[in-house]
Amino acid sequence: MSALKLKKGSTSHSAYNLRPTFSDVEEKHTLAVLVENEPGVLARVIGLFSGRGYNIESLTVAEVDHQGHLSRITIVTTGTPQVIEQIKAQLGRIVSVHKVNDLTVEGPSVERELAMFKVSGKGDQRVEALRLADIFRANVVDSTLESFVFEITGAPEKIDAFADLMRPLGLIEVARTGVAALPRGD
Amino acid sequence: MTRQMTGAKMVVQALIDQGVDTVFGYPGGAVLPIYDEVFQQNSIRHILVRHEQGAVHAAEGYARATGKPGVCLVTSGPGATNAVTGLTDALMDSIPIIVLTGQVPTFMIGSDAFQEADTVGITRPCTKHNWLVKETDKLSGVLHEAFHVATAGRPGPVLVDIPKDVQFATGTYQPKKPSTSHYKPQVKGDMEAITELVAALETAKRPIFYTGGGVINSGPAASQLLRELVEATGFPITSTLMGLGCYPASGEKWIGMLGMHGLYEANMAMHDCDLMINIGARFDDRITGRIDAFSPKSKKAHIDIDPSSINKVIKADIPIVGDVAHVLEDVLKVWKSRGRKTNAEALDKWWARIDEWKKINCLKFEQKGKVIKPQYALSRLEALTKDHDRYICTEVGQHQMWAAQYLNFEDPNRWMTSGGLGTMGYGFPASIGVQMGHPDALVINVAGEASWLMNMQELGTAMQFNLPVKQFILNNERLGMVRQWQELLHGERYSHSWSESLPDFVKLADAFGAKGILCSDPDDLDDAIMEMINHDGPVLFDCLVEKHENCFPMIPSGKAHNEMLLGEAETQGVIDAKGSVLV
Repeated sequence: MSALKLKKGSTSHSAYNLRPTFSDVEEKHTLAVLVENEPGVLARVIGLFSGRGYNIESLTVAEVDHQGHLSRITIVTTGTPQVIEQIKAQLGRIVSVHKVNDLTVEGPSVERELAMFKVSGKGDQRVEALRLADIFRANVVDSTLESFVFEITGAPEKIDAFADLMRPLGLIEVARTGVAALPRGD
Repeated sequence: MTRQMTGAKMVVQALIDQGVDTVFGYPGGAVLPIYDEVFQQNSIRHILVRHEQGAVHAAEGYARATGKPGVCLVTSGPGATNAVTGLTDALMDSIPIIVLTGQVPTFMIGSDAFQEADTVGITRPCTKHNWLVKETDKLSGVLHEAFHVATAGRPGPVLVDIPKDVQFATGTYQPKKPSTSHYKPQVKGDMEAITELVAALETAKRPIFYTGGGVINSGPAASQLLRELVEATGFPITSTLMGLGCYPASGEKWIGMLGMHGLYEANMAMHDCDLMINIGARFDDRITGRIDAFSPKSKKAHIDIDPSSINKVIKADIPIVGDVAHVLEDVLKVWKSRGRKTNAEALDKWWARIDEWKKINCLKFEQKGKVIKPQYALSRLEALTKDHDRYICTEVGQHQMWAAQYLNFEDPNRWMTSGGLGTMGYGFPASIGVQMGHPDALVINVAGEASWLMNMQELGTAMQFNLPVKQFILNNERLGMVRQWQELLHGERYSHSWSESLPDFVKLADAFGAKGILCSDPDDLDDAIMEMINHDGPVLFDCLVEKHENCFPMIPSGKAHNEMLLGEAETQGVIDAKGSVLV
């Protein structure tokens, strides 16, 4: 498994290069975990987080390679640098895990999330919601005389900002997919 | 060559192809087709245990004593749930075992069928990996992969759940072939880190080797290389409970076990060293004591095959991910090529300090009066059995610590004890597994009466298969370690820590057709032990010992290595409120 092969540039680099600072400051990291697409694999990953008391801020999972039976689980987690290193090492020793990448430290990456917002209102509020949606490049995917459903994609921060703006304008329901992420370049 | 056969036959065929000679198990509805195949062959010996927990511990004992993976076969539902304690035990101690469970037929899964349990769900966190096989064509591949995963890298327990219809159906058998699995843990250490370790060895003033179960799991070559390295450098060596035997107790550089009930000299040396070389140990809380006061002045090197062990509790200055034997081979090679240097002058001074600590003689005890001291019983057991081809198992508690302190181990794979999980009831079934692996050896289970009773039903197994395991029970009519903690921590309120209504162990042995020996007088002890050794068959040895003896030395919870208690006089108010929440 690559996480144990100690290549440079990921969890896979040598533990020799992974000297933690043991700082108490909590950091947010996005981990991309390539796993065997088999029954129970998500339970293994989630069970690891709950069993060892790690945080999950968001989690997405979908098959990415049908031929190779591979799925990608993208996890946003928080913890001290020591805990983050532990999480990566613990993920790496799950037999169904092929590869663990820490997108937060392995150079630049892109992160996107899709969200849907149902906003209910009348009159000026409704117009303002539509105007802000336009600024954020959100699409209207459903509409009644008293509500809109907006679809928006972007970095999680952008979606947070949109949610903050919609709240006073009659936000009644939110669905978010969680983060999908990839490293930039090759 | 591929062949068509039923799933049940595939199980037996795969075990034969993997070189399995012994299976510990218990039949039931969901494994009947496999048991039918077991009945129709003579290559594999099946040991019928009396409880599935016993099957798993027996497989663990077999694995630890032989270096080969242990195999269990149990039924669905209660068969599988009874195996959970053993699986967790094997996971904590990194023991390679393969547990095969029956399951209700695939079309009934999820219907709350009779004896259905979500076995892979229940055992997911207590196995290294597990599989539910839903197609007969995939069964043989999974079984071969199960052996690979159990034994590759850091060993551990695996489980294969096989529905009954998969056992009945016919499919294609894939023979064993080199694994194509992506699971290939790295065994060679990083040469840059190894060179840094060698440089540290050359200049260290107060070095210590701190070794653990990883040396034993790595195989006999690792112990040989370790011995060579220790002799060549002249550094002192200590070991965890799990690693006893990887360096001989009679060796000149051996300074005894370390940890909560470790030797004074070993713990003091760990605290004061300037270079700690951790080889296949994991800085368990029984070893470190108070983390922020753990060996404050040392540079720490850590060799471990599992990257998650590194920096988990203690920051490693020189982390090396790899198999102990491979890494030690490279360390020796580099150290020799750089001129075999050590700081001899500083080393002499370091040994002088260690010799001062040794003079405390922390294991001293006095056998006086007509009551047997447990330490005396074990000293006599050591004296009278040390020249035998001997394997020792233990249960969990005071007797386990005394066994570690007073028995000496010269070779690896001779000491089977539940270290990580601390499973009472482990030792007796484990001794059965050991005896299966070594039919002619003297296999002794050092037990407490309370632990032993937890899996006493296995006396039936020992009798049925004529396994001459010796059960050496230090009977203090107490849960001794619980009692000790209640004395130190809970104002001597001994809540439920005594063993009432104990059986008459001699009569109990008699009821099973085994031999029972009662000994309560120190003057009779030697003769009684000799009688036990010389009896050809299982023996229950009921050794009545001092009831209120405490186990020392002891690092109280929440304290550092150099705050050890050496005896009763020092125990007053030693554990503060913060320490008392620790276990």
